Amino acid sequence: MGSSEIISVIKKQFPDFAALSTGEAYPDEVLIKVRPQDFKNTCLVLHKNLPSPVMLLFALDERRESSKFLLNCVFADFKNSRWITVGMDIAQENPGFDSLAKSIYSASLFEREIREMFGIEPRDNPDLRRLRLHDEVWPKGNYPLRKDFQKMQAGNLGDYKFSRVEGEGIFEVPVGPVHAGIIGPGHFRFSAAGEPIINLETRLGFTHRGVEKLFEGKAYFEALRLAECVAGDSGFAHSLAFAQAAEKISGVIIPKQTAYLRGLFLELERMYNHVNDLGGMATDVGFSFPAAYASIIKEAILQLNARLTGSRYLKKVNTIGGVLADIDASGKEALLGSLKDIKHDFNELVKILRSSVSFMDRVDATGVLKRKTAEDLGVAGLVARSSGIPTDLRRYFPGVYREVDFKMITQQSGDVLARLNLRVLEFAESCRLIEEFAARIKQGEKIRVESGSKGGSALGYAEAWRGPVLYWLKTNSGGLIERCKIADPSFLNWQGLSYALLGNIIPDFPLCNKSFDLSYAGNDL
Amino acid sequence: MIEILKNRILKGVVTRHIRPELSKRIDSAGRELQSLIQKRFGRSLSIRQVDTGSCAACESEIIAANNPIYDLQRFGINFVASPRHADALLVTGPVSRNMLIALKKTYAAVPEPKFVITCGDCALDGGLFKDSYYVEGAVNSILPVVMHIPGCPPSPLAILEALVGFLRKP
Repeated sequence: MGSSEIISVIKKQFPDFAALSTGEAYPDEVLIKVRPQDFKNTCLVLHKNLPSPVMLLFALDERRESSKFLLNCVFADFKNSRWITVGMDIAQENPGFDSLAKSIYSASLFEREIREMFGIEPRDNPDLRRLRLHDEVWPKGNYPLRKDFQKMQAGNLGDYKFSRVEGEGIFEVPVGPVHAGIIGPGHFRFSAAGEPIINLETRLGFTHRGVEKLFEGKAYFEALRLAECVAGDSGFAHSLAFAQAAEKISGVIIPKQTAYLRGLFLELERMYNHVNDLGGMATDVGFSFPAAYASIIKEAILQLNARLTGSRYLKKVNTIGGVLADIDASGKEALLGSLKDIKHDFNELVKILRSSVSFMDRVDATGVLKRKTAEDLGVAGLVARSSGIPTDLRRYFPGVYREVDFKMITQQSGDVLARLNLRVLEFAESCRLIEEFAARIKQGEKIRVESGSKGGSALGYAEAWRGPVLYWLKTNSGGLIERCKIADPSFLNWQGLSYALLGNIIPDFPLCNKSFDLSYAGNDL
Repeated sequence: MIEILKNRILKGVVTRHIRPELSKRIDSAGRELQSLIQKRFGRSLSIRQVDTGSCAACESEIIAANNPIYDLQRFGINFVASPRHADALLVTGPVSRNMLIALKKTYAAVPEPKFVITCGDCALDGGLFKDSYYVEGAVNSILPVVMHIPGCPPSPLAILEALVGFLRKP
């Protein structure tokens, strides 16, 4: 949809709608600025018609420039490979806006985030609890993402209220934040009646490091290093999304060679994480042999990464305007050779898992996330595809993936087995994509171009192994960052886990959790 | 089961051979680690890992240090599920305000004698996150840290060799 088409669709339902302005700064971005009274309706129409969950909803503090806050809501128009942003102004006195949460669930968490970070009230949102600034340690009235925030001021502390399930024989099992394994911190509270779980409440935020604020005032290259450390297992995807946003603002067109290399590294990142999760699922049902096998395959991919780029986690590979690691003839040979072994070992691993009846019995029909629920929650990426929702940025915003004939993979059943099978199929597809990209890489081609620093704003995005990673970036005329809004797919997908678990037994929680394998750090920012 | 047995018979002990230079370093560092642990701790050193705001790359490498290629466990290092079973804490990440209480409680739960190791650049001084409004800063300003493993993230081999270097000191 072009902006005029979008406006006519909205007008059909709301005759007195009037857009304040429209803009198409980039071929893949449309911005519609609306009056505050039209904001909610516009979002509803886009949500229903595209259809798209709220991909991003965030505020900006522009009080210094224009005495206002801004609110932006981003939707994905998959059919036309475009992002549609709806924007509105919020007055600085008693700032607030009409909540979308009751009509579009995926807006709910973003609204809570805006409230705690900016002190802007989402009117009529039924859940106003804080997500990341824990009430026990962060006094009321401190809004870190406001521009005039300097240091925390002392004030009243509060407490967090877990939702309580009551009834005869109901008991609660609190777990965390420090878990038994070598893993990030989070608090899970199970309410169970006998064996089945009837409610799971997840309290996260324990790894909150104030990442978005840290981006502010930084130049691109320094910020890029920070982006790599937002979620360590998706470092490349995060740096890619950030670099893409910066390149759009600077008007840089990256060379073809760079695009192939980036695609190749993105798929390598997907592969080591997917095989890691297969091993994790085996571990969580006590099936240690394939788990050990999977960890050997993961190690082989990490060593391949190090051989190609010098970093096992593909850090310091991306830069603004290109990549720093080229693949020469011997590198390509090592890549294709290792890939052959990795593929072989992976197929063996899958065979071992699938031939074990007791393993298959544990994963089949466990932790079902129904398609309807998944759509309502607005979950993204791998989890959404496993529940039958066709969503993959590599398919709908293809770029170089068009040339290599990318096949999007979906599963229908939404259980642990579906998420396992999806990973198996995606792993094979990633191998194929890497071979295709490698075949297109030529020696001695340019892999990066110079980029200046201009002021502006843009959205960068990449389909990481978990799902879409989005970076909305705004810079000033000196090229320093004014605002950086990050969305890791974990942010919305944690909600999916709580629903997938209902009716399952607590011992299946680790298995379900691993089948989602969400990032604590990426969620907590 | 048939598949597992077939694999076991056809392939023997290893499924893939490790690069000889890597294998040599793991073995020599590992053997030294084993004898040091034998001498100082009487066979085994149990470690409890705590993430206080890491990006998960350090965790990934600590897990990798336990994979069949490095296999720290064969040298006497156990990663345990509870601080009650631990001799040492291994802390990763800058200390997020939200993790301060949990970190102190976990430390208190470790029986004496005990010590703290930090792992990764963030745990040393907050790293990239040290200027944040929500980061408490260096772990050693909160707990007595006796050893640091540098890196972003440190590789499994770096973790192994750093442990040897530390235990070698009188």
